[in-house]
Amino acid sequence: MLEVQDLVVRYEDRADAAPAVDGLDLRVGDGEVVCVLGPSGSGKSTLLRAIAGLEPPAAGTVAWDGVDLRDTPPHRRRFGLMFQDHALFPHRDVGGNVAFGLRMQGVASDAARARTADLLTLVGLPGTEDRAVRALSGGEQQRVALARALAPDPRLLMLDEPLGALDRALREHLVDELRAIFGRRDRAVLLVTHDHEEAFALADRVVVVRAGRVEQDADAATVWQHPATPFVAEFLGYNVTAAFGPLVAVRPEGLTLASAGVPVTVVDRTFRRDHFRVRVRTASTQEVLDVAVRGSAIPDAGSTAHLVLDEAAAVPLPA
Amino acid sequence: MDPRVDRHRAAVTRARTGTRGSRAATAVAIAVPCAFIAVFFAYPVASILGRGLAPDGALDLDPLRRVFTDPSQRGVVWFTVWQAALSTVLTLALALPGAYVLARLRFPGRSLIRALVTIPFVMPTVLVASAFLALGVPRSLGAILLAHVFFNYAVVVRVVGELWRHLDPHEEEAARMLGASRMRVLREVTLRALRPGIVAAATITFLFCFTSFGVILFLGGPTRSTIETEIYRQTTRFLDLPLAAALSIVQLVAVVVLLWLVGRFERGASVPRRLRAAREVEHRPRSAADRVLLATNLAVMAALLALPLAVLVVRSLTPPSGFGFGYYRALGEVRAGSTLFVAPLDAVGNSLRFAVVATVIAVVVGGLAAWAGVRTKSRWLEGALALPLGISAVTLGFGFLIALDEPPLDLRGSQWLVPLAQALVAMPFVVLLTAPVLRAIDPRMRDAATMLGASPARVRRAVDLPIAARALFVAGAFAFAISLGEFGATTFVVRPDAPTLPIVVYRLLGQPGDVSFGAAMAASCILMLLVAAAMLAGDRMRAGRLGEF
Repeated sequence: MLEVQDLVVRYEDRADAAPAVDGLDLRVGDGEVVCVLGPSGSGKSTLLRAIAGLEPPAAGTVAWDGVDLRDTPPHRRRFGLMFQDHALFPHRDVGGNVAFGLRMQGVASDAARARTADLLTLVGLPGTEDRAVRALSGGEQQRVALARALAPDPRLLMLDEPLGALDRALREHLVDELRAIFGRRDRAVLLVTHDHEEAFALADRVVVVRAGRVEQDADAATVWQHPATPFVAEFLGYNVTAAFGPLVAVRPEGLTLASAGVPVTVVDRTFRRDHFRVRVRTASTQEVLDVAVRGSAIPDAGSTAHLVLDEAAAVPLPA
Repeated sequence: MDPRVDRHRAAVTRARTGTRGSRAATAVAIAVPCAFIAVFFAYPVASILGRGLAPDGALDLDPLRRVFTDPSQRGVVWFTVWQAALSTVLTLALALPGAYVLARLRFPGRSLIRALVTIPFVMPTVLVASAFLALGVPRSLGAILLAHVFFNYAVVVRVVGELWRHLDPHEEEAARMLGASRMRVLREVTLRALRPGIVAAATITFLFCFTSFGVILFLGGPTRSTIETEIYRQTTRFLDLPLAAALSIVQLVAVVVLLWLVGRFERGASVPRRLRAAREVEHRPRSAADRVLLATNLAVMAALLALPLAVLVVRSLTPPSGFGFGYYRALGEVRAGSTLFVAPLDAVGNSLRFAVVATVIAVVVGGLAAWAGVRTKSRWLEGALALPLGISAVTLGFGFLIALDEPPLDLRGSQWLVPLAQALVAMPFVVLLTAPVLRAIDPRMRDAATMLGASPARVRRAVDLPIAARALFVAGAFAFAISLGEFGATTFVVRPDAPTLPIVVYRLLGQPGDVSFGAAMAASCILMLLVAAAMLAGDRMRAGRLGEF
């Protein structure tokens, strides 16, 4: 089990700025898939690099099964890292890339070849050993990078924005494959992303970070349904509002425009396939809120209306 | 349709295909360098071939046979090869860690050091020889090797370092994450990724050492001779022109074969890779290993590169009469019994005059060739102009000597021979420095200018010229520095009554006595000042990345 305690990582050239990772705690159990979710620049990649041992922490510990890894160099941690930009070796073919980690372990070449073939089949690229990596498409490179990271059977597999640059159709396809692969391996998986759809589709547990600190750490359904802080709620697309009394988080679907309620002015409206997203400004608190409106009566910008909160859909937030 | 749109379209088409006028311009740009190369390079080289292979009109392989059967000639060839190989290995061993330090570590004064490290590369050989002699290094094999490392350190740092600065560290980190140790990463990932740079740097270094002339002549002592110095000796001392020509042929063939082999083995070995901006890649020294590397390499650079030049300056300023300009004053006198017919100080004027003419020729011819090569998207012209780089200066001078002394082209005793020879030596650098800059001009800039209504000629003036002018100025400064210090070719064609500074240093070093030695140091310092001034002027214009050197 991975245990990260009170981790602080500072970038050398930004000594005056806030640390990229600022007192972060994290645990990933065997067989667990944990996703660190946060906006760009919230220290996610730095966290992975620090766990990998590629970035020296300024404070705090990274431990595996109770053993502090402070003095264990990256190549002896038996962690795998799939880089956001793949970082495939351009001078080796696909097979050479996948087999690299096996060679480092001293696996015999026959066994390495067999395992390489298995892994390439697993990621859906059977028989591509001899192809040059630069001849691959972005999606294929992603799969090779995954096969390469999986080959040495790391006890912790880390993935940096695993579906980052892929188009939508490919992402949805790969999400299913990744889940299947994670499930089969029963090893710890830690991934980071800024895309909450990706996070909730892949992870058992989601850790939301902001400026290098944990905002919320809970199982995926809990984070999705009960954001713990205003930041998490807003990041997940909730409205955060005090217009109805105590501070609550509510999805656009939890608000309705009616003839009576909190008075608002319509700011603008956008078409969202099966509904309209109407932005309104509350008269009392001057908050701008999103409301999902179905049907044909869509108010125009500038018109006034009244807003009603569906109490059952509202999540109370700490003030 | 709006007639203006039509006009723009026509302009775009013209810019792409070229009007009759621009085609004529390209033809001139190709013809001039070709004619120059034909007359002042191909013709002399052909003359050497004729002298070596058929000294009396009929094919006679005896001179060539002598190169390989005469034990002393065989020794010369063998020594040439192994001293060059050893110099290359030593240079790589000392300069690769230096390249890492300057490419990857961030420390105060780094950009200054990076600029200083390249100075030795343009230093004239006579000057470097003087510097090592001033340092008290005895004439020996060790002195030769040291001087070769001194010259080529910059080649490795620049060529390999430029690649290293932009290598994506994720590749190395990926290997680390897959269980490779630091050494293993260095061997399996880093050195492999650097391979094109290392091979290129090693090839350049080997060629420079293989065709090294001044260093061997000054620092080798009387018993050590390479093909280059042997050509010189056979020509000037024994007047055995067929043997000298045969030696030139052997060297020429060796250079061409080596370049061909390297090209053949490197084709396909280099793969395009993701490059990173240098600032994403470099870091402050953070491990103990980094700090040790930084300290050791700075010490090596100081001892190897800075110390000799510093000692040279000190020696030139400390005549027996006490600290001062005594040796410099001695340069103004014509001394009885001297092998110099003029006051050494006159050589400053000669050097400057010759170098200016050589620079103009090299910039015009080389610039035209670079422009034509980029425009026609063919590399052969650039390749042809780079040839004199691989063929040694001594061979060039020797070729001038035997080819241009009789009709149809009799330039014997002409003042033009020296700048022409220097221009040939400097021209490859002009092409190497200019062509990449021209090639890197974003075609969208030309399109944008065209779409704003610029005619093709106007595009050349508004887009190409300002960028090229900068590059040409830098190249010109480089050519000027090279011409000032040129020794190998000049020594064959220079007139005794109009010596250049390097020739003066050579003559002074050959004379006995403290005053001569001191005067040689003083003349070397003047030479160093002139070269440094030229390079500094060029450096001020240098913006961002430029060419391969």
